[in-house]
Amino acid sequence: MENHKVIVVPCSGIGKSLGTVGRVTTYKVVERMRPEKTRTVCLALLTMGDADALRLVRENPCISVDGCPAQCSKKNIEASMGKLAHNVVVTDFLRKNRSLKPEGVIELNDQGDKLAEIIAKALSEKVDEILHEAKCE
Amino acid sequence: MTLATGKVGIICCNGEDFAEGTISRVATRLVLEKLRPDQTVTLCLPLFLAGGEDERAFARVFPTIAVDGCSKKCAEAGTKKFSGKPVATILVSEVMKKYPHLKVKSREKLEPQEMELAMKVAEEIAKKVDEILCKKAKK
Repeated sequence: MENHKVIVVPCSGIGKSLGTVGRVTTYKVVERMRPEKTRTVCLALLTMGDADALRLVRENPCISVDGCPAQCSKKNIEASMGKLAHNVVVTDFLRKNRSLKPEGVIELNDQGDKLAEIIAKALSEKVDEILHEAKCE
Repeated sequence: MTLATGKVGIICCNGEDFAEGTISRVATRLVLEKLRPDQTVTLCLPLFLAGGEDERAFARVFPTIAVDGCSKKCAEAGTKKFSGKPVATILVSEVMKKYPHLKVKSREKLEPQEMELAMKVAEEIAKKVDEILCKKAKK
């Protein structure tokens, strides 16, 4: 497990801003907060059965980041027989942070970005936990 | 999503791993929000692939344009697999070749140059929407 990374996969739902929150959250984790420990993969590529994408999610622990309770990312990782280690749904965090009103799909507003930052911090801690547990196994 | 007549569906790949995926996403929303708001709807690809029956039914009945970031063409392939061949496919990587001065690298927040490219892609999608609706009206 030494060289393994956690694969963070957002749903990127395009109809509502919640999908954008999930997408922005993912980039905060993989590009800024835990770049050495994580990476992402195209969800559509994975779902279309691309061999490299399938190998990636089957050999590394995955975290799904879904905008809404339809949980498309989680479902698609499971259907691909990926190693789902954790899943988050933006609406769960929204319930705990009711003052934040995410808006915008092309560009997320400041409140949406703040929500993404909160989720990204929680996810980064989860990444550490997952990799630590894997190391101890 | 509600089924509506006289609309064109746009389904983009959203590719998370590449900047071109973000361009496909932003271009699709630019068409939907600014260029052709009354003539288009967007179909959520992850929902479509996860079994969203409304999305699949729309693409079976109404004309759909796939917007793909790279040559793997996931949006086109997914639509073809579950609903039928899209009427057209716009490939971001191909549009980029026409504008070599516009460089693309960010996946999260698009810089002005990248936004300009997204608008170029959006204009190509809008042109395709007009062609499709014009053909339909002539029938």
